[in-house]
Amino acid sequence: MSASTLPARSVKGPIPAVLVTLALGWLALIIGAPFATVLAEAFSKGLGTFLAAFKEPDALAAIRLTLLVAAIAVPLNAAFGLAAAWSIAKFEFRGKSLLLTVIDLPLSLSPVVSGLVWVLLFGARGWFGPWLEGAGIKVIFAVPGIVLGTILVTVPLIARELIPLMAEQGAEEELAATTLGAGGWTVFRRVTLPNVRWALLHGVLLCNARAMGEFGAVSVVSGHIRGLTETLPLHVEALYNDYDFVGAFAAATLLAGLAVVTLVAKSVLERAMPLAIR
Amino acid sequence: MTLTIDGVYKQFGRFPALTGVSLEVRDGEFLALLGPSGSGKTTLLRVLAGLDKPDHGCVYLDGVDFLALSARERRVGLVFQHYALFRHMTAARNIAFGLEVRPRAARPSRAEIAARVDKLLALAQIEGLGGRYPAQLSGGQRQRVAVARALAVEPQLLLLDEPFGALDTKVRKELRGELRRIHDATGVTTILVTHDQEEAMALADRVVLMNHGRIEQIGAPAELDAAPASPFVFTFLGETNRLPCDVLAGVARFEGFAAPVICPARPADGPAVALFRPEDTRLDAGPHADGAPARVVEIRGRGPVRNITCQVLGGQRVIADVAEAAAERFEVGQRVHFSVRRVVLDAGEAARPGAIVEALAPAARLTA
Repeated sequence: MSASTLPARSVKGPIPAVLVTLALGWLALIIGAPFATVLAEAFSKGLGTFLAAFKEPDALAAIRLTLLVAAIAVPLNAAFGLAAAWSIAKFEFRGKSLLLTVIDLPLSLSPVVSGLVWVLLFGARGWFGPWLEGAGIKVIFAVPGIVLGTILVTVPLIARELIPLMAEQGAEEELAATTLGAGGWTVFRRVTLPNVRWALLHGVLLCNARAMGEFGAVSVVSGHIRGLTETLPLHVEALYNDYDFVGAFAAATLLAGLAVVTLVAKSVLERAMPLAIR
Repeated sequence: MTLTIDGVYKQFGRFPALTGVSLEVRDGEFLALLGPSGSGKTTLLRVLAGLDKPDHGCVYLDGVDFLALSARERRVGLVFQHYALFRHMTAARNIAFGLEVRPRAARPSRAEIAARVDKLLALAQIEGLGGRYPAQLSGGQRQRVAVARALAVEPQLLLLDEPFGALDTKVRKELRGELRRIHDATGVTTILVTHDQEEAMALADRVVLMNHGRIEQIGAPAELDAAPASPFVFTFLGETNRLPCDVLAGVARFEGFAAPVICPARPADGPAVALFRPEDTRLDAGPHADGAPARVVEIRGRGPVRNITCQVLGGQRVIADVAEAAAERFEVGQRVHFSVRRVVLDAGEAARPGAIVEALAPAARLTA
């Protein structure tokens, strides 16, 4: 992209070779081996048993719920991330550094806590619990709780992709567009959004992967009701606890596959665009 | 079109950026806002573009309250130092942007827009580059696109904020000429912000020299040269030498010669510090010549002019610009006499040759 960075030197001599071997070996041990185990275990009783694991109604319900949660959490986080990054990068206001810190908070918070706070708020003995019960609204041990837990865990992911990029790009292009007669919405749609689309896409994919894979927070608020409040990660755990190893690893394959698809989608989309505007 | 700026004040926190600026911009003129950084010239430009609102004061365009209009409604073309091109659009799409975002009723047809873009590409002499993205263009080419983009909306006013600041000297000089040509071809009233006195003096019909948020002097380049309104104007517009002198009846007396004081108009009698230009300094090699005795210590420069540094009796150094042919008569160590054509008296402001004044406190009032 920029011509100012020097090209990396090609590998020569023993030290680079050792380092590269170490890095590859470490990756193989830490990422490659577990991944291979998941696949081997999932297919250990043949393709038929593997596929049968997805025909179970509970498995299908878990997949549906996982997709639903991601479909709600990701767009909301994208909207928030854009708004937060826009205001932080393009405007000066009081409390800006506080906002930056708060956005990062979920990253340093244990997911269990991210789940528990919702129980404290909306659980049967929580602050709003009795009121919600009176209104007949169920949040904890139901889908709304799972969505809230997921959003809390994934809220920084898109904003953090966008903030540094938008800050670096500054506001001059927007100012130029305004003096050329463009209104606020037009400026956003035709200047701001296209300038951050790769970071946004990257953030969305990351957020999506995390939303579908979140275990800790969801585990606290879900209540583990099979076929109703179990997402894929919870389903994997439940099957594993039932000694259904093929089923557990088959579902795990699905989650792992999702990660691979995410990465492939990202690189395919990036390659489809001309280099000059990336 | 006449732009009237009347008593504009603007303060950023405790920093007074503009302290009562009044100015009339004539139709079709090329005006340069010149000054050191922190002098308020960019703030004034941003006020005109609608990016900053002044605390007090008015701006009228043909009698219409310009400040009541948003940046979007002003029809002002703005060119930035760092181009601010839309990086995901080709040069042609950049230029077309201002036309494409018009409301449907006012928007030209696709064919009209394409024709207009072609004309602007030709005007900016970048035909054939319309399909390139900003990253594929050189700095000079980018700034040409930026100027064409600003002109596409047929602005009432073209504002340029240090447009050549990010370019190297050769490209800068070339683009300067281009900008003047484009101005003359379109007739659009143009305001250029720059800290480069050479650029302002070479390009503009009138130069507005600013310092500490106010206007020091307005005038054609030749007027500023011939009759500087203050020592600041004189030091900012060129190189200066400093020497102590004695003022009597409007004439600065040195040891061996005297020179008229061109600023202030009625100088007080008594000791003072004189400022004068190397090009106003004359060297004489003859043993009995008029002027103050001095010794040549250094000869520098190339091309038609040599800069000859001399040391006077008091130990101070004085630089004289001498034509190449005449300079051959001098050599280092030689005894010479020098005299000066005209001087400006320093009012005590911390303005030294080439120094950029960036003091936050308002300057001592300069009595003219």
